Amino acid sequence: MDLSFLFNDYVMQVTTNTGINIIMVLGLNLITGVTGQLSLGHAAFMSIGAYSSAILSTSLGAPFIVSLVTGTLTGAIFGAILGIPILRLRGDYLAISTLGFGEIIRVILLNTDLVGGALGIYNIPDSTNIYIVFIAVAFAIFFMYRLEKSRHGMAIKSIREDEIASEMMGINIARYKIISFTIGSGFAALGGTLYAHFMTYINPVDFGFMKSIEQLCMLVLGGMGSIFGAVAGTIVLSTIPEFLRFASEYRMLTYGIVLILMMIFRPQGLFGKIKVNV
Amino acid sequence: MLSSLFQQFLNGITVGSIYSLVALGYTMVYGIIKLINFAHGDIFMVGAFIGLIISIKMGTNFTLVIFIAIVLTSFIGVLVEKIAYKPLRNRNSARISALISAIGVSIFISNLVVLINGPQNESYPQLLPNNILQILIILISIGLMYGLYYIVHNTKVGIAMRAVSFNVNTARLMGINPDMVISFTFAIGSLLAGAAGVLVGTYYRAVDPFMGMMFGLKAFVAAVLGGIGSIPGAMVGGLILGLTEVLGVAFVSSSFRDAIAFGILIIILIVKPTGLFGKKTKEKV
Repeated sequence: MDLSFLFNDYVMQVTTNTGINIIMVLGLNLITGVTGQLSLGHAAFMSIGAYSSAILSTSLGAPFIVSLVTGTLTGAIFGAILGIPILRLRGDYLAISTLGFGEIIRVILLNTDLVGGALGIYNIPDSTNIYIVFIAVAFAIFFMYRLEKSRHGMAIKSIREDEIASEMMGINIARYKIISFTIGSGFAALGGTLYAHFMTYINPVDFGFMKSIEQLCMLVLGGMGSIFGAVAGTIVLSTIPEFLRFASEYRMLTYGIVLILMMIFRPQGLFGKIKVNV
Repeated sequence: MLSSLFQQFLNGITVGSIYSLVALGYTMVYGIIKLINFAHGDIFMVGAFIGLIISIKMGTNFTLVIFIAIVLTSFIGVLVEKIAYKPLRNRNSARISALISAIGVSIFISNLVVLINGPQNESYPQLLPNNILQILIILISIGLMYGLYYIVHNTKVGIAMRAVSFNVNTARLMGINPDMVISFTFAIGSLLAGAAGVLVGTYYRAVDPFMGMMFGLKAFVAAVLGGIGSIPGAMVGGLILGLTEVLGVAFVSSSFRDAIAFGILIIILIVKPTGLFGKKTKEKV
């Protein structure tokens, strides 16, 4: 059988894009699915990773691996800095303030001439390839899997199930929430870094509220709190639009319907087992 | 200088009173079912578009336009509640599920309008005389808010609303049908949003299918600023937000316009999460 059609540029591109999405959705899964803190500003951390690494690669000419690591760490640091004040909030207040931070970061990027303003950054070296993405995805899945099995994982799952009870058990809620948020933002930034070096061009519009919603949609469809669910949901929502190119104007409409129907009929997602109660 | 300051103040109060109208819908729904109704901003946008279509098809009679717009938006608001929120409420779903469902409704409505009307900006007809436009907008907003205040305080259904927001189960024991009251709340909130949509269209003379998202979020910020669940809070919060935004744009920088509201939100949430009126007045509707 001739399988060479699977290896053309188009398929490679879709696969790479899916892989990048998986990394970011896994980060979101850690924050929203495993720790139970709804974040609506995930794309903001993606943008921080993308911008910081793109500046390193273009203006300073740093090697890709340096940009990759620095971009990821910058995102994680921002996650920690923003997480400390807002993670005291709960439920929808937290959601709305992550949204607020996301918008503020986008507006700042849009109005800072140093990072290109509305024009964005172009001519980023085309360093991301499918092998690097594959390694990063494998790393992300392995990391998340080990994390959930660890002491930390147990602690954050207990926070999701019942915050007050886990506090009674002596778990330092604030600390674990911030750690989760930092790691999750770090993965978003890793995805953003790969995205910037894959697209070779970024601008603030790529990282708006809709991007955060798209990632949330992938997670919700697959199942919050499940690594397999996050990966499966992302693959489904990243590839289906490619098959339905002729119906692309219905894409966002379908996202909306998917969110509503999933919440009504199967709030735990296609592959999730847990009931998220926030 | 002084007259320009006065003009900016008037602009701020005009925008602020429209924010207040939308914020009231958020605050009432949150007070009753503890849900950030993300779709509220899109109902506001639909109100503006209904106004646009009516004024094209049936002439630019402001009273007729706003009347049809508010009737249809309150109908849409109830429909959204019945389809997207009620099934969740009946099964005692997690609050995060209702929030995600609301985001779904919001995406659905705005993209439905894109599908029907296209993604472009539409220019709005002149419905009110230009020279007293701002005064009229402020007066209409005040009138609507007074109407709401009257309903909540002096009618049976208003008492039922306050009872349900205080405690659903006790209200049910007293013979109140909470589902009916919740639907009524959505109807009133959406009515105010529809009116605000027409007013915004008349004021800025342009509408687009995605204007509901940002405007709605800012109105939500106004509701949080005033203390979510509090009706006077939403009114005052809207005015403060409108004034801050207009004065900030006029005297500091226009490019950070959207960041101002969210900056206020985060500061409020961190410093005083109950908002300005959250504690003082226990009134929650």
